[in-house]
Amino acid sequence: MINIIKDATRISKTPLTTTQSTKLSTTEKVALSLKKRHQKEKRFIRTGFFAVIFGFMLVVVLISDITSKALPAFHQHWVKLDVNYQSDWLSVDSDTTQTVFIEQLQTANYRKVLKNSLYDMFPSSDGKKLSRKDKRQLFKLFSTNAEFTLKNELIVTPTQINKSVTIWLRLDDDVDSYLKEDFPIGEAGLRISKQQAQWLAQLTSEQRIESRFNFSFFTASDSREPELAGIKGALMGTLLTLFVTLLLSFPLGVAGALYLEEFAPKNRWTDLIEININNLAAVPSIVFGLLGLAVIINIFGLPRSAPLVGGIVLTLMTMPTIIIASRAAIKAVSPSIREAALGLGASKMQVTFSHVLPQAMPGIITGAIIGIAQALGETAPLLMIGMVAFIVDVPTSIVDSATVLPVQIFLWADSPERAFLAKTSAAILVLLSLLLVINITATVLRSKFEKK
Amino acid sequence: MNTIDLKQNDSSQVELKQIELTETVGNIYADDAKMSIRNADVFYGKKQAIHNVSLDLAKNQVTALIGPSGCGKSTFLRCLNRMNDTIDICRTTGQLTLDGEDIYAKDLDPVLLRARVGMVFQKPNPFPKSIYDNIAYGARIHGLTNNKVELDEIVETSLQKAGLFNEVKDRLKDPGTGLSGGQQQRLCIARTIAVSPEVILMDEPASALDPIATAIIEELIDELKEKYTIVIVTHSMQQAARVSQHTAYFHMGKLVEMGKTENIFTRPSHKLTENYITGRFG
Repeated sequence: MINIIKDATRISKTPLTTTQSTKLSTTEKVALSLKKRHQKEKRFIRTGFFAVIFGFMLVVVLISDITSKALPAFHQHWVKLDVNYQSDWLSVDSDTTQTVFIEQLQTANYRKVLKNSLYDMFPSSDGKKLSRKDKRQLFKLFSTNAEFTLKNELIVTPTQINKSVTIWLRLDDDVDSYLKEDFPIGEAGLRISKQQAQWLAQLTSEQRIESRFNFSFFTASDSREPELAGIKGALMGTLLTLFVTLLLSFPLGVAGALYLEEFAPKNRWTDLIEININNLAAVPSIVFGLLGLAVIINIFGLPRSAPLVGGIVLTLMTMPTIIIASRAAIKAVSPSIREAALGLGASKMQVTFSHVLPQAMPGIITGAIIGIAQALGETAPLLMIGMVAFIVDVPTSIVDSATVLPVQIFLWADSPERAFLAKTSAAILVLLSLLLVINITATVLRSKFEKK
Repeated sequence: MNTIDLKQNDSSQVELKQIELTETVGNIYADDAKMSIRNADVFYGKKQAIHNVSLDLAKNQVTALIGPSGCGKSTFLRCLNRMNDTIDICRTTGQLTLDGEDIYAKDLDPVLLRARVGMVFQKPNPFPKSIYDNIAYGARIHGLTNNKVELDEIVETSLQKAGLFNEVKDRLKDPGTGLSGGQQQRLCIARTIAVSPEVILMDEPASALDPIATAIIEELIDELKEKYTIVIVTHSMQQAARVSQHTAYFHMGKLVEMGKTENIFTRPSHKLTENYITGRFG
């Protein structure tokens, strides 16, 4: 046998003439082609392996790049200041009754407290008062939120009036970025002057600056100030929108698929509907946004920027996907099971719900997840219905104004402040984590249905 | 040998055309008929699958339907509980009665009919549920009982009648699909019995089973005829001879001959029947 193969390979190296090939036995002919066939197989396996590695590498590069860029967003620098709550700076009268005093605290001038405390801390080098420019620069080191921190602190413990206390305050985003990384100072880099850098060096040497985990990224909503901006509003908006989408598209999609597969007569009309559903899945998503704007908002008068409208628009987009996947899953249910149930005298409805649907469920869930994942990353249709607005409040119901994660990412990526770079990457990480959570839930649900 | 066979096959088809207009040979009537079929025609779209079939199904007896592949015996069987209704293009005409009631009457619900005329299929098709739930399903959907004790009893007696109870009594919660092929088929029979039908239709119930499992099923059919009227489609002539009291021979959608099983197998009256039974074709 081996000899035959050796002979055959030897022959194969010399070009075959027709007379030679006709003389060869079947075994020899097979042996001749064997080498080529094995090579083909090896080439195919190598290509497949390379494709898998390439895909995996892309994912690794993507995730590691985003993660490394997102890391600075998860911590923030705070500064410890000695603040004196002098009542004349606050312009409150500490001698009046308690209720009047508390009321006065709401409208007191905390900015002056902050400014004067700062000027006390940083006298100019020659003992004279700071120039206007220096004063402005000094004040700019701190977040615009600083005076509110002072206010909250005093309202919680009003006894601190006329006393000097130490308070931790957020630094401005440019300062924060400066402390985190080695950016050049001046025009080309961060908006930090030499004087500001000097003050910061002083604060650092006095151990007044501390880096803390940035909880507010998860508890706050969007803000113009990067050091205050958080993801919670967009996250809630996304969850509410997906909730509406799932609530509408899953039952409607599955019901549509069941009707078309199990109950609808097979005729020209159902063929037409099928073609239309397949086409609907391929319609560019922004068209659905236009439809939402023209019909749902303008004709039905539902509120703009609301997760309800976003959910309805995304349902239009997701439902065809769910219908197509569900129909495939329903079609794959063995007809013998249907016959068995029908033969026992089950009605069509009973067959559908006690046998077909449970068997098709894993496939249906996969389809629903693909649809929902699509909806999760969708931006274009939501721009059309106003979910691109700058919204500072965390939405609590499906008719509140809201934005969603992908739109938030788009908004932040568009912002000029350097600190938003990290925020953008961090928001992408949150979006990807949400996708992961949805996928894991789906896998668990799927395996649960498959076991049954 | 092949060539001879083919020639005989050809000649028999020629013969069939000659007898096309003649009536079925033998005796189609039964003294005590559970179901009566008169002039039944079945069409798939424009194609006619069953031509003018008339016969009686004797009560508490086994009637075997035999014939070559594609002769319409399964189609005919599926007319008897209106399973053909599930095929959109399928149309049945003629008079089919169960205890004198027209089963194709407009006001008759096929769901009710199928509860009275149960069916066992060629390939064992238990539901992907537990053995218990497989049997209990029929009783549950028809609302025969909502009492757990009664349901347990239905499951147990059905399994006992199907001769499966001793084999599975300790694992009623296990999936029905985990049983062997023969056990699965008996489970399907038990599932059918659980609804207490009057007629059981069997479409080649043993064709996917080994000889031992087949023998068990055949014994079971023999016992079941005490309580039920049974119609069995089979490809095995030996099986038809063993289990049935009446045999109907179908050929190309027509009922060629019907009679008592011993008569059909020992003294077939029609040339086609004889050819088939003696193994010349089919």
